[in-house]
Amino acid sequence: MSAVLEVKDLQIAFGGVKAVDGLSFEARENEIIAVIGPNGAGKTSAFNCITGFYKPTGGAISLNGKDITGKRPADIAAAGISRTFQNLRLFPDLTVLDNVRAGMHLYGGQNWADAIFHTPRFKRSEAHYTDEAHRWLDFVGYTGPRGVPIRNLAYGQQKQVEIARALARKSGVLLLDEPAAGLNYTEKQGLLSLCRRIRDLGTAIVLIEHDMGLVMELSERIVVMNFGHEIAEGTPAEVKANPAVIEAYLGKDEEVES
Amino acid sequence: MTENVDTTLAPKKVGAPQSFLSRVFESRQLGWVALGIALLAPFVIATPYALNVMTTAAIFVLLASGLNIVVGYCGLLDLGYIAFMAVGAYTSGIIAKAFELPLVFTIPAVLVMTVLAGLIIGAPTLRLRSDYLAIVTLGFGEITRITANNLTITGGPSGIFGIPGLFEVGDFDSQEPAVFYYITVLVVAAFVLAAARLGKSRLGRAWRFVREDEDAAEAMGIHTYKVKLLAYIFGAIWGGFGGILFAAHLSAVSPQSFIFLQSALVLMAVVLGGMGNMRGVVIGALVISLLPELLRDLSDYRYLAFGLLLVVVMVFRPQGFWPARGYEPERRKMEKLDPALKGAS
Repeated sequence: MSAVLEVKDLQIAFGGVKAVDGLSFEARENEIIAVIGPNGAGKTSAFNCITGFYKPTGGAISLNGKDITGKRPADIAAAGISRTFQNLRLFPDLTVLDNVRAGMHLYGGQNWADAIFHTPRFKRSEAHYTDEAHRWLDFVGYTGPRGVPIRNLAYGQQKQVEIARALARKSGVLLLDEPAAGLNYTEKQGLLSLCRRIRDLGTAIVLIEHDMGLVMELSERIVVMNFGHEIAEGTPAEVKANPAVIEAYLGKDEEVES
Repeated sequence: MTENVDTTLAPKKVGAPQSFLSRVFESRQLGWVALGIALLAPFVIATPYALNVMTTAAIFVLLASGLNIVVGYCGLLDLGYIAFMAVGAYTSGIIAKAFELPLVFTIPAVLVMTVLAGLIIGAPTLRLRSDYLAIVTLGFGEITRITANNLTITGGPSGIFGIPGLFEVGDFDSQEPAVFYYITVLVVAAFVLAAARLGKSRLGRAWRFVREDEDAAEAMGIHTYKVKLLAYIFGAIWGGFGGILFAAHLSAVSPQSFIFLQSALVLMAVVLGGMGNMRGVVIGALVISLLPELLRDLSDYRYLAFGLLLVVVMVFRPQGFWPARGYEPERRKMEKLDPALKGAS
């Protein structure tokens, strides 16, 4: 299995604060890796660097061997990284289906002239968009209404739609920023099986998560960060036994064990 | 047409509004009904005054539908929209007069000029949001008017007059009020339909994604700068065609027609009608342009009454008469159940 996403010595500073200082990891096809660490460790900042929302002040990020460091988010998304956000970033007034269609923007298939004249090409591509939207909603196990504005839906459903939207992008790498936050036990179980099904599509998943039970069960490798530094990397068992990790979580090791 | 898979995917609406009024409003034939009313109106009243008012109203509908692309679809607050109409009107007026051409032959030049104007206002404002953008567009609108007021080619404060008509074929005179009204209505209807269709396409969705959350749109691979520029360009083209019709209608163009109040009125039509919903915007534009005429009996008090009515509408319908509603057909039950169960297990 070759590395799809490679992050080398990533650094970003805001003024004098080094939010991320020397993070390196790689994600491979069919693999789930987790980035963990206490609040403020720089996990989300790292995600924002990888997806182009922040310009890294040092280090290199490459996707399938191509350098993508510092490119604009749309180009990075086009290159093949999709993501979800820590706090839901859906399009609240648009329907569930439209939200998922956002991930399909790059499929193309029609231009403005097709839209104005309703050419057969336009109708074909719209039908394809709709089919695909339903397919991805089915894939994530979404059973709620699909033709209504998304802001009326329950939080758990919105989270599912956000993942469906990211999947519709059909990229090789999926970054999930705290996918389990705010979910109940059943929903977390659903998320677990969903992540495995996504992995089986050949996608590399990188997730940030605070739910240690979920992280330990799901991920094949774990990267631990604290104060912007990478303090450990390894399998769940290795990380659990690492003294530096236990220290970083300062007495929270019972939680790590649970 | 057989490839239109819509037939298999378009079952009954679920969760859509079901009241009688809503069903009338959402019906697909409504556009044809509106066009029919517009075409039959001269049979009810065809005084030169009435035709003049109705033609002006139709041009106003075109402007509002263009601004709806920028403000309603893409969420870019534009306070200088009338500048695009000015660019269109002056370009066609100047060229038609200089070369003694009918106005239709100036369409390519107007297209080029309005696209340029769209790029000029769009490019520097791509990074700006809401209030800052509003100020810049306001400035652009005023710069355009003041420039027209001071250049010799635009005829200075008195503007240009004696502009030729749209076209002439033998005895057929496009400037005859009733004929011109029908031409205007058909052109405007085509543009309104085109704008509505753009709104329901991949590009239209991209505009809405940008309006709702620019960062999330970027993360999905939507190049927000390109998408916003396209909104400006389409808005500018719509405004430019409004300008051609305006120049042909009055056969004169002067800077007084492009004051800030005009931009504000077009924006008011969009907001009053319901941002992002082309049907609502058409109604908003008709109200804004026709109501002052209908209130003419109140003489001095008519703008007071007009203002009060607008306030009342905004109090009771803060989203406009007819806001854009996010509803679309669900999938048929049969289709839905089976894969959904698979996904949940």
